[in-house]
Amino acid sequence: MNLTPDLERARQEIEKHARAYGLDFFPTIFELVDHDELNEVASFGGFPTRYPHWRFGMEFDRLQKGYRYGLSKIYELVINNDPCYAYLMKSNSLVDQKLVISHVYGHCDFFKNNVYFAHTDRRMVDRMANHGTIIRKLMERHGVPEVETFLDRCLALDNLIDPHASALRRRTDAKPDEDAADEGPGRMRAKGYMDRHVNPARFLADQKKKQVEQKKKTERLPHQPTRDVLRFLLEHAPLKRWQAEVLSLVREEAYYFAPQAQTKIMNEGWASYWHSMMMTRRVLKDSEVIDFADHHSGTLATSPGRLNPYKLGIELFRDIEERWNKGRFGKEWEECDHLDTRRRFDKKLGLGRDRIFEVRRLYCDVTFIDTFLNQDFCDAQKLYVYKTNPRTGRPEVASRDHRLVKEQLLFGLSNSGQPRIHVVDGNFGNRGELCLAHQFEGLEIDMRLATETMKHLEVLWGRPVHIETKLDGKGVLVSCAKGEVSTKELSPSGETDRKEESTTH
Amino acid sequence: MIRRIERDRSRFRDIVRGRIKSDLRKFVSQGEMFGRKGKDLISIPLPGIELPHFRFGDNKKQGVGQGEGEPGDGAEGKAGDQPGEHMLEVEVPLAELAEILGEELQLPRIQPKGRSELVAPVGRYIGIRRTGPESLRHAKRTLKAALRRQIIAGAFDPEDPCLIPIRGDRHYRSWKVKNAPENSAVVVYMMDVSGSMGKEQKEVVRVEAFWINTWLRSQYKSLQIRYIVHDAAAREVDENTFFHLRESGGTKISSAYELCARLMQEQFPSSIWNVYPFHFSDGDNWSGRDTERCVELLEQSILPHCNVFCYGQVRSAYGSGQFKKDLDAKFPKDERVITSEIPDRDGILKSIQDFLGKGK
Repeated sequence: MNLTPDLERARQEIEKHARAYGLDFFPTIFELVDHDELNEVASFGGFPTRYPHWRFGMEFDRLQKGYRYGLSKIYELVINNDPCYAYLMKSNSLVDQKLVISHVYGHCDFFKNNVYFAHTDRRMVDRMANHGTIIRKLMERHGVPEVETFLDRCLALDNLIDPHASALRRRTDAKPDEDAADEGPGRMRAKGYMDRHVNPARFLADQKKKQVEQKKKTERLPHQPTRDVLRFLLEHAPLKRWQAEVLSLVREEAYYFAPQAQTKIMNEGWASYWHSMMMTRRVLKDSEVIDFADHHSGTLATSPGRLNPYKLGIELFRDIEERWNKGRFGKEWEECDHLDTRRRFDKKLGLGRDRIFEVRRLYCDVTFIDTFLNQDFCDAQKLYVYKTNPRTGRPEVASRDHRLVKEQLLFGLSNSGQPRIHVVDGNFGNRGELCLAHQFEGLEIDMRLATETMKHLEVLWGRPVHIETKLDGKGVLVSCAKGEVSTKELSPSGETDRKEESTTH
Repeated sequence: MIRRIERDRSRFRDIVRGRIKSDLRKFVSQGEMFGRKGKDLISIPLPGIELPHFRFGDNKKQGVGQGEGEPGDGAEGKAGDQPGEHMLEVEVPLAELAEILGEELQLPRIQPKGRSELVAPVGRYIGIRRTGPESLRHAKRTLKAALRRQIIAGAFDPEDPCLIPIRGDRHYRSWKVKNAPENSAVVVYMMDVSGSMGKEQKEVVRVEAFWINTWLRSQYKSLQIRYIVHDAAAREVDENTFFHLRESGGTKISSAYELCARLMQEQFPSSIWNVYPFHFSDGDNWSGRDTERCVELLEQSILPHCNVFCYGQVRSAYGSGQFKKDLDAKFPKDERVITSEIPDRDGILKSIQDFLGKGK
């Protein structure tokens, strides 16, 4: 449904303010929906249509239940597309709608300008619809259960992508120089005039063929460990055409959603910064202030022991703005340890606004936290690291040192909180088996789920699959052959071998 | 318009249903009890229905929080920056569970005895009143009445539409009683609680009773359940006592049958009720004479007035299992008597099939 005249007026006004502040966004289309429709769109990941899959239905059930019991309610929903689509819930009050509209313009600006979104398909709405058509067609041709089962398998692996792949040219597709090998051991040594007798053309051709075959056998696949497991499967797994089609479609969608997980704190912080800025300075009427303050503080509420990404994001943006306005950066600021001077430190540079626009363009959560979180900010925001006390089993405040806080935060944010997994060998044990390696960073992977995932992977690969990881401090090789999963302890030497190998790449 | 999501949703439900069905035997024989949610819903934990992924386990011991407290103080709450692990629980209407049970065991639908003349009052909200609780206020009618009154009084300005209902404008929903034909059934559970019936035997009865109730509930609009325990004497008890009481002493089955017959006569005349007496014991009885008395009671007072009489014999280390043999000998061809032997938990489904498979 289109916006009511009231809302349309509000939207136009807010859009005008947003542009005046320098926000730069795709045209944004708002739709007014009731909660059923909103939950429907939300369970489709924000899109009006997706391919048929039961997990959307499961998500819908969950959202409906949450809504019915008053546990959760979706306030805003916006998708990265050109034009952006955003949804407003019919039953919200006008103040809420204004808040959401301003918030949405913040997100739209972020989608358009943040570099991590640069590679995303801005026609994703159309593409998702196409994916729906493709899958439905395949289901007609190959049967619903077959396609659905295959889709399940692909989806179980959809976090095995390389979120940085679009920015890096990590793969070198050029084959190693083969000419160099020509002069190699295939040719017998002979004096010039004897050469064509010692090394006749046929002999040379045979030798070369042998060499190429030999090389094929010993050549590692992949050349170097690759994180884009889905791509590796696409290129090397024995898939039928339609299966490859499904897998590449799942991979495509995974890459589309990846930057949203990489920039959650920034994206929400940026949108909150702008809704608060626009609402309090331009949009609000006197009568609306209290309601706005109520809902704004509700969004940014922190409870002890919890971390709210909206809150962390907005405060960090505000902190950056203040620091760059006052020139609190660089050598002079860092070296100033006089408390009073520090407190009154203000060079009146007025660079804050420019700086935060730059930050929203170039950073993602990891670099954002790494660069800008400092001790002053930690103190002001009362951030701490907690640890479980092994004696009582209860969490306790462990430290308020910003380095530890930062370390802990970054740990949770790197790779969007997912285990880092590489394909290391596509011909494991020279038996055509697939070997993955989990880069252990202190957290074990969940074995129950991993077991199920391995079974799916084995079917895709068509041969047994393995994953190297650590359990209880010991390196293990978890293998899945014919649906049976077994765990074998790796000898320490084998493990160090692997480590050396991966560091040399 | 049918929502696009409905297709995915019904597919999800199909999957859940399929899972419950394939796991039904496990649920029944392991005596897995489900959480009840209100009157008609139960929630069933279904692990592994969600898509698996490689992800971190729940072995996280630290994280970042925000708030007061010195190092060493307890930090409230749990990890804030990552979702914890949870098991998916699905809610299934009891009726659906019954349907699954029916399909799995191929139970025929029960044809209630021809007693549609039985009527019961049914209240439905179809009326309107001028008084009532605010929670039942009919907003549309109230506003209409206010509009009408304001127009008549000339207090309505179409340029600035504003309706202010007063006391007299308010309308409320109200219910009217209608008589509707109804089929009611009563289940009378009788159980031997003498010393020879152990904990395991009672557990078997409890699980079996749950599934029998689930099925019968799906067949009748209203189902009443009564419980009788007996050793040498019988008495009526509530559900909790029924399943947990442990007495010692002898066994006189006729005492329970007498009480049951009296209950049926006084409270559940067969002209109105579909009556299902179920009796569970380990097959020991005080004496042959008492067994004769039981048969007499069955023939004269119980069988003529019930849909079917079911006797389930739970195998125990002490029971002789004689009673079932006696019953089978006395009523070899009588369709109104069903006996079934339940060796252990795995036998529960089979005996449910025995009892309910006749469609009575």
